[in-house]
Amino acid sequence: MSLFDLVEPGRKGLLMGNEAIARGALEAGVDFCTGYPGNPASEVVEALAKAARKFGIYVEWSVNEIVALEAAGAAAAAGLRALTAMKNLGADVCSDFLMTVNLSGTRGGFVLVTGDDPSAHSTTTELDTRNYARFADIPLLEPSTAQEAKDMTKFAFELSEEIGLICMVRTVTRLSHARGVVTLGPIPKEKRTAAFSSQDLWTSGSSSITCMFHSILHEKMNRVKAKFEESEFNRYTGNENAEFVIITAGTGWLYSLEAVRLLGLEDKVGILKLGTTWPLPEKLVLKHLRRAKEVLFVEEIDPFLEQNVKMLAAELLAEGNVGPLKFYGKKSGHVRGEFGAGTGEIDVDTVIRALAEIKGLQYQPREREYSEKASAVVGSLVPARTMGFCAGCPHRASFLAIKKALQWDGRDGIVTGDIGCYSLGLLPTGFSVAKTLHCMGAGIGTANGFGKLASFGLDKPVIAVSGDSTFYHACIPALINAKWHNANILYVILDNNTTAMTGHQPHPGTGSDVLGNPVLKIPIEDICRGIGVETRIVDPFDLKEAVQNVYEMLKMDGVKVLIFRHECPLTETKKREKKPKVYVDQDKCIGEECGCARFCTRVFKCPGNIWDPAKGKAKIDDAVCVGCGLCADLCPAEAIIVEEET
Amino acid sequence: MEDPLNIIVTGVGGQGNIQASYIIASAALIEGFHVSVGETYGAAQRGGSVTSHIRLSKEKQYGPLIPEGGAHVIVGFEPIECLRTIGRFGSKKTRVIVNPRPIYPIDVLAGEATYPPIDKVLSAIKELVYSVHVVEATELAKKVGDAILQNVVMVGCLAASEFTPIKAEAFRKAVTELFAEKGLDVNLRAFEIGVEEFKRTSPL
Repeated sequence: MSLFDLVEPGRKGLLMGNEAIARGALEAGVDFCTGYPGNPASEVVEALAKAARKFGIYVEWSVNEIVALEAAGAAAAAGLRALTAMKNLGADVCSDFLMTVNLSGTRGGFVLVTGDDPSAHSTTTELDTRNYARFADIPLLEPSTAQEAKDMTKFAFELSEEIGLICMVRTVTRLSHARGVVTLGPIPKEKRTAAFSSQDLWTSGSSSITCMFHSILHEKMNRVKAKFEESEFNRYTGNENAEFVIITAGTGWLYSLEAVRLLGLEDKVGILKLGTTWPLPEKLVLKHLRRAKEVLFVEEIDPFLEQNVKMLAAELLAEGNVGPLKFYGKKSGHVRGEFGAGTGEIDVDTVIRALAEIKGLQYQPREREYSEKASAVVGSLVPARTMGFCAGCPHRASFLAIKKALQWDGRDGIVTGDIGCYSLGLLPTGFSVAKTLHCMGAGIGTANGFGKLASFGLDKPVIAVSGDSTFYHACIPALINAKWHNANILYVILDNNTTAMTGHQPHPGTGSDVLGNPVLKIPIEDICRGIGVETRIVDPFDLKEAVQNVYEMLKMDGVKVLIFRHECPLTETKKREKKPKVYVDQDKCIGEECGCARFCTRVFKCPGNIWDPAKGKAKIDDAVCVGCGLCADLCPAEAIIVEEET
Repeated sequence: MEDPLNIIVTGVGGQGNIQASYIIASAALIEGFHVSVGETYGAAQRGGSVTSHIRLSKEKQYGPLIPEGGAHVIVGFEPIECLRTIGRFGSKKTRVIVNPRPIYPIDVLAGEATYPPIDKVLSAIKELVYSVHVVEATELAKKVGDAILQNVVMVGCLAASEFTPIKAEAFRKAVTELFAEKGLDVNLRAFEIGVEEFKRTSPL
């Protein structure tokens, strides 16, 4: 039984931040939930899917984030409570609708959850989505703990419904994917009904109507600000008279508390923790600014609080109510990551360093001699561990096929990459074949440009690569554009029958919905052929066939689609009772003498293929190998043996 | 005990870090601690280094990331990842349990980087920390049926170690709850093998 099934108020659970957000939605009586998978936000929708049947919630993985927000917005306009969750770049995708639904408003509680990824652990940008809350002028909540993630989500629904405006809850990787103890609250039993009649109108209008709605939005936000002034999510800890104040939000709060304790500054430094960060609770901030002489801002990614508080201080300066004040944070360079201020995620050490620099304190977590020795030992002994495709991953075969075909072709073709596991096509694991990487759909999108540059002197074959889920999400308009304008592109779709990178969510081609119910498949090839694009389907594990098809299709004019179809081994092996045994026949492997240049380890680089330097021969790492057998087909000495277990 | 008590589980994506840290944190919750866990998810999991930070306190909740030099216990699923983690989070107070079975980085497979000799890695670890216990967890896991169970074997070792105030019984209960629906027998066997093996193991 999962924690989401429990209707036991008072019970404590160890919840991931994303699960806590889901639980908060359940406790708010959420009716309708949508989203698109993306780190670090995926588990919000997954957790609600687990609770969907029991609580009668509608949950879907939508095809992309704007459809997700629009669908949830409609449910909320009809009076239901609706939630949409997405990663940072997803917030961009849905922003068109966000910039209008802020004006049209909502009837039921409507909550947008965005997950930011400081340090870009699992994404391609350090985008700070809080700027969207300010941009769209909608209420913003920033939880600091899993407990707050639950409580704030519940509150966001109530606030949204009361004010009639979408609310945003911003989380970051270290909250979404951190676990903390959460005390569960009750889940309401009563269900809402949806209503939208011919008398209803739901629009952001145009011309003077839009301006009127814009003015109403400002009024709504004034009411929100008044509520935020009293919010229990904002709290001050430490000496009430401290002249040095840390203003912080989100993960920065616990880091600040620990840093202040480790430096022994509890008496001198107060901490103002804000949970409601847009609109800024100005009176509360002002109360502390009046007294403070120095302010340090501790927050993830952009100087968002920092800028907003400074603007407030500037207004007050004219009235003579505040100052002189010194500000420290990202602008001053005191709060900085490895690559400078405003980059990378913060942690306790970041705050310690900032405070120590400002206060002129010496703080060494370890003796200098120890630190130097430890980094010298690690530096001399420990090799880097670059990311790589899993053992048995079909993408390895697909990129090898593209690499070989481009070599045969000999025209130095350009490969544009896209977002998913196969983003690793830029790295050695994908033979560094892909040369571009931006956002969902940008592979085929940018190929539309590269494929039209022949008359400007760039006459090379262009291969765009994307995955299956990405195809449905953002590639179809670009494919239609390429067909319309007859761009010279070979579009290779790596179809592993799942959204692998984010945890194996279904998509329109898998034949299942988020609850695992069978649904009609929408095959990629039907869509491509439907718009008149030559489309072939090949298993990349049939490497000869794969290379031949890439090579042939590169010679053809116009836009072509080649689907490399092979299931992800992480889902495929779960269905198998036993994996085949793979081993290297030590008599047949002739090592360096072979002339294969140690193909299995040095070229193919599957982590299941290892090298025994003592014997000078290849081996299989049985703790890593998944038994796919592709290396057995590729070994020129036929030394790799696959034994199917019965 | 130190408060907060900081534990790191470190290894390579796919070795079951998240599951192991979940068991440890659940056991701590059973014992009434405030618990925070920080994890690595997503892209970094694709063959990359992964670390889970687990922090226990009797007093209050701490943030999910351990400060530099702050690890009291490191459970290493892979020797060079264990050493890498000590480089940032280790100190002369750190107690280490390490599985010496290497998972080779692809740069090593390709011959572009060298994997250091295991005995050298272990002696480097020993130099930097308070104590090191070496457990052949992958080999033990294979005896239970699957190398993937090494994570639960290592949790068994931690449970037996008394490096944390969490009793072995709480760990056992956490394993039982987590695998209640699937795989309970093999996981409990892996856990008990870890417990027994640790009792037989002397520090380096």
